[in-house]
Amino acid sequence: MLTLVLLILPLIASLVLLATRGNASRSLALLFSLVQLGITFYVWNEFRNTLAADLPAKFGFIKDWISRPNISFNIGLDGISMVMVILTNLLLPLIILSGFNRTIDRPHIFYSLMMLMQSALIGVFVSFDGLLYYIFWELALIPIYFIAFNWGGVNRKAVTLKFFIYTLAGSLLMLFGFIFLYWSNPLHNFNWNDLVNNHTCGCNQTWLFWLFFAAFAIKIPIVPFHTWQPDTYKEAPTQGTMLLSGIMLKMGLYSLIRWLLPIIPSGVMQWNSLAIALCAAGIVYASIIAIMQQDLKKLFAYSSIAHVGLIAAGIFAINVQGLQGSMVQMLAHGINVVGLFFCADIIFNRTQSNHVEGIGGIRLVAPQFATYFMIVVLASVALPLTNGFVGEFMLLYGLYEYNHWLAVTGGLTIILGAVYMLRMYQKVMLGESVMENMSFPDLLWNEKVVLISIAVLIFFFGLYPKAILELSEPAVNFIIEKSLIK
Amino acid sequence: MTENILNEMNLIKPAMLIPLLPLLGFFITSLFGKQLKHASGWIASLAILVPFICSAYIFMNTDAATSFEVPIFDWIAFGKFSIPFAFLIDPLSILMLLVVTGIGFLIHIYSIGYMHHDEGFSRFFSYLNLFVFFMLLLVMGNNYLVMFIGWEGVGLCSYLLIGFWFKNQSYNDAAKKAFIMNRIGDLGFLLGMFFLMMMFGSLEYKTIFSKASEIPVGAGLIVITTLLLFVGAMGKSAQIPLYTWLPDAMAGPTPVSALIHAATMVTAGIYMITRSHVLFALAPFTSDIILIVGVATALFASIIGLKQNDIKKVLAYSTVSQLGFMFAALGVGAYKTAMFHVLTHAFFKALLFLGSGSVIHAMGGEQDIRKMGGLRKALPITNFTFLIGTLAISGVPLFAGFFSKDEILANVFVHSNIFFGFLVLTSIITSIYMFRVYLLTFSGEFRGTDEQKHHLHESPVTITIPLIILAVLSTVGGFLGLPSVFHATHKLNEYLGNVVPSLSEHEVSHNFEYMLMGSLTVIVFIIIFAVFNYFISKKNMPEASEEEMNPLGRFIYNKYYVDEFYNAVFVRPVMLLSDIFLVLIDKLIIDLFVNAVAWLAISLGKGARLVQTGNTGFYVFAMVISMIVLLALQFII
Repeated sequence: MLTLVLLILPLIASLVLLATRGNASRSLALLFSLVQLGITFYVWNEFRNTLAADLPAKFGFIKDWISRPNISFNIGLDGISMVMVILTNLLLPLIILSGFNRTIDRPHIFYSLMMLMQSALIGVFVSFDGLLYYIFWELALIPIYFIAFNWGGVNRKAVTLKFFIYTLAGSLLMLFGFIFLYWSNPLHNFNWNDLVNNHTCGCNQTWLFWLFFAAFAIKIPIVPFHTWQPDTYKEAPTQGTMLLSGIMLKMGLYSLIRWLLPIIPSGVMQWNSLAIALCAAGIVYASIIAIMQQDLKKLFAYSSIAHVGLIAAGIFAINVQGLQGSMVQMLAHGINVVGLFFCADIIFNRTQSNHVEGIGGIRLVAPQFATYFMIVVLASVALPLTNGFVGEFMLLYGLYEYNHWLAVTGGLTIILGAVYMLRMYQKVMLGESVMENMSFPDLLWNEKVVLISIAVLIFFFGLYPKAILELSEPAVNFIIEKSLIK
Repeated sequence: MTENILNEMNLIKPAMLIPLLPLLGFFITSLFGKQLKHASGWIASLAILVPFICSAYIFMNTDAATSFEVPIFDWIAFGKFSIPFAFLIDPLSILMLLVVTGIGFLIHIYSIGYMHHDEGFSRFFSYLNLFVFFMLLLVMGNNYLVMFIGWEGVGLCSYLLIGFWFKNQSYNDAAKKAFIMNRIGDLGFLLGMFFLMMMFGSLEYKTIFSKASEIPVGAGLIVITTLLLFVGAMGKSAQIPLYTWLPDAMAGPTPVSALIHAATMVTAGIYMITRSHVLFALAPFTSDIILIVGVATALFASIIGLKQNDIKKVLAYSTVSQLGFMFAALGVGAYKTAMFHVLTHAFFKALLFLGSGSVIHAMGGEQDIRKMGGLRKALPITNFTFLIGTLAISGVPLFAGFFSKDEILANVFVHSNIFFGFLVLTSIITSIYMFRVYLLTFSGEFRGTDEQKHHLHESPVTITIPLIILAVLSTVGGFLGLPSVFHATHKLNEYLGNVVPSLSEHEVSHNFEYMLMGSLTVIVFIIIFAVFNYFISKKNMPEASEEEMNPLGRFIYNKYYVDEFYNAVFVRPVMLLSDIFLVLIDKLIIDLFVNAVAWLAISLGKGARLVQTGNTGFYVFAMVISMIVLLALQFII
């Protein structure tokens, strides 16, 4: 029942917001997201105090929906879902708050779409019925499309169209996959538990793997399915980019764990070495591109590709350190990437420039901003005691257990990440301004609140990763057990 | 036994205070820096003094057999691994605690005077405090991951402090270079930890070292593991090939060079290997590599030192070279000797750097020794203490460096004559460049501008008192480790004996010991005389510009063009690759393919549209044809 509340509340918020106008919509959206966050903390606490056996009864909600084909409205929470729900609901207030002190056209529609997005994302993370999951997966695409299309930059039309069609094409393949699973499942349903236990599915899973993998690889994105991403991140309004990079791409990573590994285990066994190699190569590839990137948002986009590549590689290693690392790192990456794009937004807001080599000297005039930006950068290069380190350490160790050389390749991110991030920071923030008549007031109140929150989260999860690790460990072990069946 | 446990219980709180206070100091000075103004310098110093007192308290209430752990909290746990955030207190960590907090405190006091006029005064002290915090974690951790926190943390502080004057982009370049080169080493360290986790299922020293005894000497895995750990040490302790960041790091304020880039952080690699001596003792191949790298670094860096004219650059190359000495000791298994040299080097190198800072301060920022000279009159205390530092590093008998360097030489001699020869040569070169610097700076006539001459003054007490204390330590510090010829106890060896047991004591004969000491002493005095004769009596000067040098001199002056080599081989290719990846692969190949698929879909749509003519007759025709085909198919199948 609690899960249902988490799903419905943003939907109600989305409808309510349509009736408001002006700044009130923004404030109301923030209020709703904070209430949602409060409920999430309550659920988190309840979840921790519930025995594993009681979880379905306490957090599950099943209603028959359509009898032919057999689709049920089946939602629930396990440790993995719980972490993703925390990620979504933790970031949303920050994303909304980062829009304060900025002017925007038709805010009621903008924030209504954002709440709709939140509901769809939660839906993806709590659905335990394949088709229901698929519906939320597609639903999430609609608000973000309109957000990017209506509030984006100059090239938004071409870029968002490409993004939309590309991900839609991937989703279509996944739909084929689900239909196939439906028929090959003796119970003829989309129920996650039934699909997981029907791991042989009486078929050759070779191509089934690719149907799902393509959909997820595009969303994550894994190189070479990534070319929609840098342009979209650049053109979308900052809050849209935060939603995309902070939460939405985690849909793909989450789905690898939930809908690929345990459901198509033999297909995964057959192809995961190739998938890992692709991810590891992507890490180096994207990092190297980021080094010479001149556009701040695109630089962060490529760095994000490198980071999620490592997460995906850790997931495909199918061991407890890789998967647990991916849980920690998904949360960490969400927090850090939102921080990075927010910093880019603060810079663009004051200088109207995204050009890495065209700004400079910001630290001289805005020391507070410089400090928070530095903290986010350090978390992003995985300095110990920040949230980025724990995840990266575990992911690399997971990768190491799978294959030593892949860990070396993936480990290059430690060096390359420092190269592109410190180069960027030096060019943009240090030295003297290369921009004429730059006026750069230090942080506004909402910016300060957002950045302080992010800094606190960075150190909290860096020091106390157990909060996440103990949450997801049982569920992760279950996934591994199911995935390793031949 | 119970008494011991009670005693240890009493020491847990002071042990926890040691890293906590610098962290607290960091928060106070960074958050309230503006309000505190110059008080932040004293607060930051206090935040190091109290930990020093705590360390001394622990030192006095424990003996060489002490070893206890201080658990703080559970940090990371997954699967069968559990990595705690916990400290280990034993003679090795106590020794390092004393060095870090003791010298750290002196340098904090010094900085109050040195940074007085800097607008970033509070910021400077907050970084210094943060550095000490991480350095303490590094030496106190009871497992490799806590060491790694400190390891990367000190790297961060080094980055922040090298680029302290961030308006200057070339300083920022130096900071970035230091961080990235350290990261290369850190990757080695990280992979080394993965091997340890795989082999021992833990990262805690206790578990690893007790299980290590089951591993045969020279086993492949242990060789790889130790080599990877050594890569980490190379980065942090500036050994070939990862040493080029350290001379550039002199861009930071001078107290930073003294604290981070001479006395403490750069010796972390030596600490790490000494801590892991159980593992390294199992890998003779790695030890040989360490010896070769150490000796090569010592020699090459010292030669560069001969040709540098920036007072801090000379000291920087000298540090690289002295670190090479320490690694040579590690390579021959003389771990305690390496720690002895860490200790004495911390005294005299911190002294020399702080002395150079005092000179730079008096000269109004000038660092070129060709423009100095005759400073002994205006800066008597600096002159006298700097001289003591020079004597100590050159290995003049009775000064600190004499004993530790002699011990290294004797240990290497037992192992290999050739490397011994190289090190003796290095030792000779060391005294040449050090006296060159000392004499050009303090003797002869003043060669600066008149304005500078009027401005010359001895530094304030906050600067001179640390100099005097360090000078005393550089003089008497060597008595902690008297060689057996003097029939005295080697106090340091005794103290560290339980942590680092002497594996096989290759004692050199007393006759050789006498000969070594005697001949080195004679050589040093000859050198002093020769250098004095060359620069002061004959008034020779280093070349004013690169053009006047002979080819060999220019080659050395330009540091063998190693930076240029790295740029050509690593930096530029990666930059080129970045462009190729983006323009060729991303934009051209991949995106072209993606767009081609989209174009295909559009074309198919266009093609299909042509069928929709709107002509009823055509539709009926198509329908009939389709039905016939379907019926026909049914018959066939």
